[in-house]
Amino acid sequence: MTVSYLSPVGMLGGGFTQEYFESTIRHRPLDFVAVDSGSTDGGANNLGEDRFFFSRDAVKRDMRLLLKETRRKNIPLLVGSCGGSGGNWNLNWMWEIVQEIASEETLSFTTALIPAEPDREVLVRKYREGRIKPLDPAPPITEETLRDTHRIVAMMGAEPFQRAVEAGADLVLAGRASDAALMAAIPLMKGVDPGLAWHAAKIAECGGAAVTQMTKPEGMICTFEEDYFTLEPVSPEQQCTPMSIASHALYETSNPVSMPEPGGTMLLHDVKYEALNDRIVKVSGSRFEKADVYTVKLEGAGFQGYRAAVLGGITDPVVLRNFDDWFEEAKAGADYAMRRTLGDEKADQCATSFRVYGRNAVLGERETRTFANDHEVGVFMVTVAPTQELANSVMATISHTILHYAVPQWHGLVSNLAFPEAPHEIELGPSYSFVLNHVAELDDPMEFYPIEFKEI
Amino acid sequence: MPTLGSLAQLIRSKNAGPWKLTVDVMLPDVQTYECVVESGVLNAAKISELFGIEASKVEIYHYPPANAIKVSFPRFRPNGHPDDTDLFGGQQFAPLVDLEVPVENQSSRINSPLPAMAREF
Repeated sequence: MTVSYLSPVGMLGGGFTQEYFESTIRHRPLDFVAVDSGSTDGGANNLGEDRFFFSRDAVKRDMRLLLKETRRKNIPLLVGSCGGSGGNWNLNWMWEIVQEIASEETLSFTTALIPAEPDREVLVRKYREGRIKPLDPAPPITEETLRDTHRIVAMMGAEPFQRAVEAGADLVLAGRASDAALMAAIPLMKGVDPGLAWHAAKIAECGGAAVTQMTKPEGMICTFEEDYFTLEPVSPEQQCTPMSIASHALYETSNPVSMPEPGGTMLLHDVKYEALNDRIVKVSGSRFEKADVYTVKLEGAGFQGYRAAVLGGITDPVVLRNFDDWFEEAKAGADYAMRRTLGDEKADQCATSFRVYGRNAVLGERETRTFANDHEVGVFMVTVAPTQELANSVMATISHTILHYAVPQWHGLVSNLAFPEAPHEIELGPSYSFVLNHVAELDDPMEFYPIEFKEI
Repeated sequence: MPTLGSLAQLIRSKNAGPWKLTVDVMLPDVQTYECVVESGVLNAAKISELFGIEASKVEIYHYPPANAIKVSFPRFRPNGHPDDTDLFGGQQFAPLVDLEVPVENQSSRINSPLPAMAREF
């Protein structure tokens, strides 16, 4: 029994090459196509603000090619973590795009929609039962966190995909989902060894990222044989080597040999990577250990406030030679001016951060190296406040004070910040932060995931 | 003494989910990999010192299939938090680049010359 699938691109909307994709899907014996659409790399704002980091046009372009060709071949198309964060808004956004394409291309098919925002009262009940468990590191939470956090998604496992496909879905649009579960679901249904199914999925979910030189986002073909799987890049310009595939196991994972998934853990201690030829790699020895308790990971986007920012450059050697002391004084002066203008009550509701590029803006408190930099620094100031108006107001006062803050060696009024843009105050809108690093124990893998079927 | 940056073909960092950072040190061949591993330079105490993280929170993995050493530790705050400085976590490896690796006794085992890309550090 051979099972084979295509992961056309690491991120829906990434823009794979049409010609390579069509040649693969038309000429290879594929059982399905699966594409991941999720990432937390953009921070919690993608979930909190109901937005996606790729444009609607980019996603529609990729999705049109995928839908047309999977319908022509009549194999399922699975999309995981729709709209980047897999919230309900994001899932609906994807569904609207699909309906447009179906109408423009006169396609007819069955779609399964699987939302991934669990009911809050169910989460609170589980919390009371001790069935919301912290991972490490986890922020402290209360019932209010589970009730009031702006958006919470739960990362689904393979079972909701399997249920949707069994029920006849041609297209599965899923909310937040484990990237690997999306790719492993159908191979598991078809009897592929769980170790191999999960390990292959973990590599294939990034599309063709596990190649020697990823110059263009392309796809990966994954094929299972009795006790191994192979990975072959879609693009004839790309190669996989045992090293490129093995290296990919490191990427974005904290532990390269033990990776938790809903329902169990991938164990990659005894994996063998071998070159089948100069561009195909054979992988064997992967294991999967079933967990006693089925858990799904929660992600929550908690509202932090509205932001206003200013970026200013400083190149005055006099300021830079004594920068740290001068800047501390300037910040204290700015705080004083801001409190005088707005009053302590409002001031206390706001927090302003200062990132000094050229000093320690990137490593922050972790920076231990010292640099003799009297050329230039960039000061990026951001205020977070309960309203946009207050954020703007605080930032205007702070940046104006620092702009003109006295420099001891100069006598007279100075302007210390070079602003590259006008207006120099930048409204950044709402800020969200991840507020959960927890798993929820489920009674059943489907517990959080009702499936809605739609006919087009 | 060679630095880790001069021995590695790649040192990179990245988010491992929103709450952790992970650093990959990829060595060019098995000899260099074994020398760096045996030097013991990448240990929890050193990482704790360089990254300001409790030693007990530091995870270190030796990964022979890719001649790689992986170091993972918690972020101070999740990526995208208002006080976070590196959304993708891509620049957090920097303190490791100039770390000196005590490999004198074993340096004959390191393939010479080093790959061009490694020599440029």
